[in-house]
Amino acid sequence: MEAVSRATWVIAYRDLLRFVQDRPRLIGSFAMPLLFLIIFGAGFNRVIGALAPGVDFIQFMYPGIVAMTVLMSSLMSGLSIVWDREFGFLREVLVAPLSRTGIVLGKVAGNAVIAIGQGFVMLALAPIVGVQLDFILVLKLIPLLLIVSIPLSGLGILMASRMRSQQGFQMLMQIIITPLLFLSGMFFPINNVPVWLEVVSKFNPLTYGVDAIRQVFLSGNASSISVDSSYAFGITVFGHTMGIIEDAIVMAVLGIILLSLAIWAFGRQE
Amino acid sequence: MENGTKIIEIHDLTRKFKQLTAVDSISFDVYKGEIFGFLGPNGAGKTTTINMLCTLLAPTDGKATVNGYDILKQRRQVQRVIGLVFQDPTLDDYLSAEQNLRFHAYAYGVPRSVREERMKQLLELVGLSDRLKSKVSTYSGGMKRRLEIARGLLHHPQILFLDEPTLGLDPQTRFHVWEYIHALRKEEELTIFMTTHYMDEAENCDRIAVIDQGKIVALDTPDNLKGSLGGDVVMLEAEEPENAIHELEEKYNLSPHIQGKTITFNVPHGETFLPKFLRNFQSKLVSVSVHRPTLDDVFLKLTGHAIRDQEAGAWEQFRRMMPH
Repeated sequence: MEAVSRATWVIAYRDLLRFVQDRPRLIGSFAMPLLFLIIFGAGFNRVIGALAPGVDFIQFMYPGIVAMTVLMSSLMSGLSIVWDREFGFLREVLVAPLSRTGIVLGKVAGNAVIAIGQGFVMLALAPIVGVQLDFILVLKLIPLLLIVSIPLSGLGILMASRMRSQQGFQMLMQIIITPLLFLSGMFFPINNVPVWLEVVSKFNPLTYGVDAIRQVFLSGNASSISVDSSYAFGITVFGHTMGIIEDAIVMAVLGIILLSLAIWAFGRQE
Repeated sequence: MENGTKIIEIHDLTRKFKQLTAVDSISFDVYKGEIFGFLGPNGAGKTTTINMLCTLLAPTDGKATVNGYDILKQRRQVQRVIGLVFQDPTLDDYLSAEQNLRFHAYAYGVPRSVREERMKQLLELVGLSDRLKSKVSTYSGGMKRRLEIARGLLHHPQILFLDEPTLGLDPQTRFHVWEYIHALRKEEELTIFMTTHYMDEAENCDRIAVIDQGKIVALDTPDNLKGSLGGDVVMLEAEEPENAIHELEEKYNLSPHIQGKTITFNVPHGETFLPKFLRNFQSKLVSVSVHRPTLDDVFLKLTGHAIRDQEAGAWEQFRRMMPH
């Protein structure tokens, strides 16, 4: 037990230390979500108009962008392992008397802190896009961002346990992540799309993470949200509309599965 | 030394990578307090052996204990008593020397009361005290190696593994690294297990195991190994090598060895042997030389090839492709 907890905190400590000292990564991690928000937001806002009473397109998209920031940042846990393997530091970690499980948990914990922090920085944009923030909302956001971060960190580590090069990892990330992002309801409501797209999107677990974050953000903004009048919130599965808690449970189950797989894969490698 | 306490015991240790047997059923012991050298060309199985002993790689077969702990069943205990300096740097370039050392101390659970003092003392030993706050990316290769040596000792290990500790360093830095190693052994009562393919460095070891193609071909002190050759080494080039060899075998009852154009053999007293030999030898000679035996000669005799021949051969390239 001691070996697990020591490994967890020492790895998390180093990843955080590394993060604050790595300026390019700090800046780079905001660039893409910001670009999406500005270009898509400005481009489509007038064309599409309100998606629900009181919620226009840019406000609809904004929570998705926060989710995207957390997702991208969480996947870095995997990239940092591949990086460490390439530059040798992983050996220093693997020969230390640290539990492998603890190392994985430390990567996940460190990245969750970074991801939540980056998600919070994106909150600064809320007034610009016209989303109201209050204290309760921000408080609710913390566990939600955590629960979205964990499965993605797990996925990153799982991929990293097999990859030897950064290029390989980046490519795999593009192949897996791009469809996951685009099919997550981040950019358009998936309750009103062609059937094939709807089915694929509803199989994508990320959809529920994005939906939960959106519901937290916009429940205060939309003047009236009911199951009938709004197709922008709440994913309908077999006629049932998912609430925040149900969305969170989907993400938590996914988190447990991916984290277990990550621990298994990382423990097996030599 | 033979009567000392055994600190590493290796029995029939084997590691296979698919078809390739990198380490082939090796067995030997290392005694407490000695500098044990593992000598062989690149790809002979040195690093694979170290990786197994430091728990990074599971053996395919066989058994080994480090300080009495089984390398498979008691990994955590093994990890605590060993320090490692790898061939390639394993530092975090983006952190400072101090941050790298501190990470190590946390990872090994070095108590706070000991930590700061130990860090100071070790940095002084390797002469890096003034660069404590600099990022490691600003360090030269030699400085990195020294920092790694300091870090490897931070948690008071019993055994320090050094995998090619002076590879890629300039002669002056190499000399310094050896100074540290000798100083450490005195101050820390360390056992040092090192690999090298530099023959002159192997001379610093108390005992040497010569490894070739995964097998131990000899294990003794440097002096005994050189003594086993039976005297000085005479090298000669002849116009007609076959005739020369035939003459050496028939007339002098020697067992010469030929590599390329050079014929090599051993005689007890080279200086007195040579004048007489030159007067009576029938075959035409191009050149003659005599020298005291070196470990190079030992290696040549044991394996039939010089240690440099194999560098970056097919074997090495194959080994590089294998996951670490």
